[in-house]
Amino acid sequence: MVNTSATHKPFSLSRFIVRVLTYLTLAAIAFVILIPFAWTISTALKTPRQALMYPPEWIPNPVVWENFISAWTAKPFDVFYRNSLLVAGLSIVGQMLSCSLVAYAFARLRFPGRDVLFLIVLSTMMIPFQVLIIPRFVLFKNLGWLNTLLPLIIPRFFGGAFNTFLLRQFFMTIPLELDDAAKIDGCNHWDIFWRIILPLSKPALGAVMVFEFLDNWDDFLGPLIYISSEKNYTVALGLNAFRNDYFMEWNLFMAAAAVAMAVPLVIFFIAQKYFIQGIALTGAGGLKQ
Amino acid sequence: MQWQLNRNQPSGARTLAIPIRLGALFRMGTRQSEALTGYLFISPWIVGFLVFTLGPFAATVVLSFMEWNLIQAPEFVGLENYIQLLNDPLFWQSLKVTTVYAMGRVPLGIIVGIAAAMLLNQPIKFVGLWRVIYYMPVVLPPVAVSLLWMWIFNPDYGILNGILWTVFGFRGVAWLQDEFWVLPSLMMMAIWAMLGRNMIIYLSGLQSIARELYEAAEIDGAGAWSKFITITIPMLTPIIFFNLVMGLMDSFKLFTQAFVMTGGGPRYASLFYVYYLYQHAFQRFHMGYASAMAWVFFLIIMAFTLLIFRSSRAWVYYEGTLKGK
Repeated sequence: MVNTSATHKPFSLSRFIVRVLTYLTLAAIAFVILIPFAWTISTALKTPRQALMYPPEWIPNPVVWENFISAWTAKPFDVFYRNSLLVAGLSIVGQMLSCSLVAYAFARLRFPGRDVLFLIVLSTMMIPFQVLIIPRFVLFKNLGWLNTLLPLIIPRFFGGAFNTFLLRQFFMTIPLELDDAAKIDGCNHWDIFWRIILPLSKPALGAVMVFEFLDNWDDFLGPLIYISSEKNYTVALGLNAFRNDYFMEWNLFMAAAAVAMAVPLVIFFIAQKYFIQGIALTGAGGLKQ
Repeated sequence: MQWQLNRNQPSGARTLAIPIRLGALFRMGTRQSEALTGYLFISPWIVGFLVFTLGPFAATVVLSFMEWNLIQAPEFVGLENYIQLLNDPLFWQSLKVTTVYAMGRVPLGIIVGIAAAMLLNQPIKFVGLWRVIYYMPVVLPPVAVSLLWMWIFNPDYGILNGILWTVFGFRGVAWLQDEFWVLPSLMMMAIWAMLGRNMIIYLSGLQSIARELYEAAEIDGAGAWSKFITITIPMLTPIIFFNLVMGLMDSFKLFTQAFVMTGGGPRYASLFYVYYLYQHAFQRFHMGYASAMAWVFFLIIMAFTLLIFRSSRAWVYYEGTLKGK
């Protein structure tokens, strides 16, 4: 072992107790956080009989892996997942394109009314979607877009306050000298945006990607209002319908819920650094909603 | 380097170079052509703002003076919807439910968030691991979380009553089916779901507090508690303020849990505001009435936010600003 006696303070009982208590509390909170996850998986692997036992048991016996297949086929979950991935994928493209363009203008260009307009961008964050649902519903009804995925996708191509703000904050940190050098090389603003700012903004774009994915994956009210037939359901709608159409198949419900939760969890584990980046940039704890 | 460009390379963006050339065509100065480019770049947002935000926003106001079931032509009824609203006991019930929930959830969320952040702000091992575990519930889809907690709260087969019985020998209550317990149950679930989010926000706040402040206080002989009260809390007030506004907004927007888990029951004990609005708009097609509700919802949010903003001058401490008249 490395000799640390130079920095080592003499043993103190009170400091030792504080450390033990700290770790115990940390572990206790982690335990409470993890119990519902364990309960999901435990139930998902039980027979229907064992799922409905009182008092409940933790260890599935026998372990029924087929529950995942039964849940997946009880409703066309393949269709729901395809729809959700399609919506999330296209929304990400739409937000990355539109918000980065808008953010570039607010970060780099001078035009009359810029600061007022940016203030309006920010203030739209204070108007909850719920206030606007009725006219939006009527709008999409008149466009003939009800019961399609379009109302969930198209608006994402027209900017959005949260992601615009996030990207603008990041663009502001890129030194202006780069722009000047590019201008001397004969670049116009589109070139600067496309070839200098965007390639340097991968961390912020990554944050937009993960936030936008989760925002779509987690949305329920939007799909609920716009979509009526099962072939256009997203995963969130599918889960809800699954529970409504069946009765007490909690082992299957938990299997379906476990898969729906696994997708964003995997993304979170992979893309942690983008989360932290996005949180640092916006000061919000992630997720718009 | 990436930004040293090869000028011989064909520009992939000829179409978007148009404003610059247009500028040259009309003999504009660089200032004007820059402005033109600016407006062009923000045009997606302008269109989106007009079509998806400002338009619907104005339409909500107009519709709130109409009676409309989506089938017949809308009919102007003046203040009728608002008068009905004031005389609707369920409207008041939904306001009460939402306010009670917010008053429990928001302060609890702040307290738990600060506590968790302070634990993680100490010199401990595996900070990354703890952080990941605490944050996990934040990313989950609310519908799946709602299903999971319905199952946890299940009076007969749920794990909550199971633990209460096997560990403590209590017979648990019927949580979501109990008029008194339904809101505390939903608060419990919300704390679980958002602990990580609050923790992250406060953790970044704690880490930005200068060490010298604590050192100076220690020299003055301050104990742990007085350091917490006189340094930590005042330095965190901007974040607490932000949390207060967002938490309130989140409480007022709550929908999925009411729709999936309780259906507003038992006996309207969890009739959340947006859920009641949804019932009028999309189950009974009272579009005018629901629009009035939406508009009132917006006014409430604004009023609360303004109130918090106003009062914040007295209690939010922003570093670098001088307090005084």
